[in-house]
Amino acid sequence: MSFDTPDDRRYLESHEWALETDGVVRVGISDFAQDELGDVVFVELPDVGDDVSAGDAFGVVESIKAVSDLYAPVSGTVSAVNEDLFDAPELVNEDPLGDGWMLEIEATDESDELLSADEYADQIA
Amino acid sequence: MSDNASNGEKSRVEDAYYDQARYVRNGHYEPLLSEKDQTQVTIHDDDSPLPGHLTRDTLELPGLSEPELARHYTRLSQMIYGIDTGPYPLGSCTMKYNPKFTEDVAALESGAVHPGRSPETIQGTLELLYRLQGYLAQIGGMDAVTLQPPAGAAGEFVGIRVANAYHEHNDEGHRDEVIIPESAHGTNFATAALGGYNVVSLPSNDEGRVDLEALEAALSEQTAALMLTNPNTLGLFERDITEIAEMVHDVGGLLYYDGANLNALLGRARPGDMGFDVMHYNVHKTFATPHGGGGPGAGPVGVVDELAPFLPAPRVREAEDGYELFDPEQTIGHVHGYQGNWLVLIKAFAYIARLGDEGLLDASAKAVLNANYLASQIDYDVPYGPFHHEFVASAGEQDAADVAKRMLDFGVHPPTTKWPEIVSEALMTEPTEVESKETLDLLASAFRRASASDAETLETAPNRTAAGRIDQTSAARNPRLSWHALEDE
Repeated sequence: MSFDTPDDRRYLESHEWALETDGVVRVGISDFAQDELGDVVFVELPDVGDDVSAGDAFGVVESIKAVSDLYAPVSGTVSAVNEDLFDAPELVNEDPLGDGWMLEIEATDESDELLSADEYADQIA
Repeated sequence: MSDNASNGEKSRVEDAYYDQARYVRNGHYEPLLSEKDQTQVTIHDDDSPLPGHLTRDTLELPGLSEPELARHYTRLSQMIYGIDTGPYPLGSCTMKYNPKFTEDVAALESGAVHPGRSPETIQGTLELLYRLQGYLAQIGGMDAVTLQPPAGAAGEFVGIRVANAYHEHNDEGHRDEVIIPESAHGTNFATAALGGYNVVSLPSNDEGRVDLEALEAALSEQTAALMLTNPNTLGLFERDITEIAEMVHDVGGLLYYDGANLNALLGRARPGDMGFDVMHYNVHKTFATPHGGGGPGAGPVGVVDELAPFLPAPRVREAEDGYELFDPEQTIGHVHGYQGNWLVLIKAFAYIARLGDEGLLDASAKAVLNANYLASQIDYDVPYGPFHHEFVASAGEQDAADVAKRMLDFGVHPPTTKWPEIVSEALMTEPTEVESKETLDLLASAFRRASASDAETLETAPNRTAAGRIDQTSAARNPRLSWHALEDE
């Protein structure tokens, strides 16, 4: 099975993606991650205004198989969270790279361990 | 996924909504009570002494006759599965059969004393509690025991609070870390976090045991405690336990014993002798009291002498002419009303007293023998051993959850699945000491038939049970938690 790893964004080894637009970084989990997790049933996210640190856990995603921490690819202040996920966690499975996004962060710094799309694709191959 | 898939998902979810609540056996469909009769019973009671705004004259009760109701519940009871109908080999849970005589003992009128009565008038009760404290201390190799905590998890919390109070008392309150093996029970992590500690997760070595080098690296002046269960979650005895205890004690930490697997050690080895300082007893696992379900339960805690002054209040001790309640000197306080869940404790006492030394030795021997016999009779690989009272097989290329569903078709309860994660597609199996060889053979046969099942059969199983495959996703995303949720449909 092959998974979508668009090269407009970068990735963490722990399967989060980071898509930057004008200093704001949108964060979600990869197509591979949602497939591994199986049906997502619950997503716990920080509040707007909270600070997150690159490499630290910012939330939790729960599927019928497992509960996993979500790690921040960048440091900064949370400027938006995807509230749709609270009522419709299935968006993470249906559209992990689009409507299933989780956070937007006004980034001040980024992780040293961000991977390019190619590097990430190699990791999950 | 495309939009089409998304719509398909929705209609599947809606279908599943209905499937979940439907029970069919031998082609006979058993409706829900609300479907059997929509009549609402109206009650007129003008004589009520209560003010009008506090009363109502309509109750949503189905208007069924007694035989209709009796048959409804009897049919439902025929569709469920429990330890009274067959083996229940859920690994780590120790679902052993609870002998019925303990219910009789707990139901004796002499047990129905109000716990608030003055100690002089409940000497029999206090003697029983005192003797149970003693039995548990002897079995665990501990010096003092509290019977107050109302559940295993509550016992864990008390244990870690006692450890905390001990460190505080010694001006060691800076210790803020609790070390826990990654394969430990989930409650251990929750207990440490709820106790205000940072959790340090410890990897296992290739043998599935505590990795001593990793432990050395994790231990420090910050270590408050190491929480362990022995035999561990893979059923393996931690052979290095005395060395582990020494390492933890050398940095000033305490060693905590999770009593989940005490069933394997009864009468043969004692946590206290291994160097553990504090432990909780899962009386519902080891001493055949009812399993949880919200309680009431009991989770006694044992400690070594140094920690005894911090135990919850009150405890029972011998006085000049009888027994009395007392508060330990530096007690962490009360953690439950009165002396704990007394009627549960009676059952644990009755079980231990009836089995006696020989019976308890026999229980641990058969628990280990049964697990090893069963493992020898199945086709799945068991990667770690030698194990004691439970084993973790791997379903290999099969999905462990499918295997579990398939086993239901052969009339037995399946093992715990997909945990611990150290074994892929884990089938964690604990037959317990109560099962006969014939029953173990029945279980083994279910394992073998599941392993021989083709992929399609596995994915659609179970096919012979009252309810088919439960849609876990819709159950988690759209839980229906009350009667009213049915009305809203």
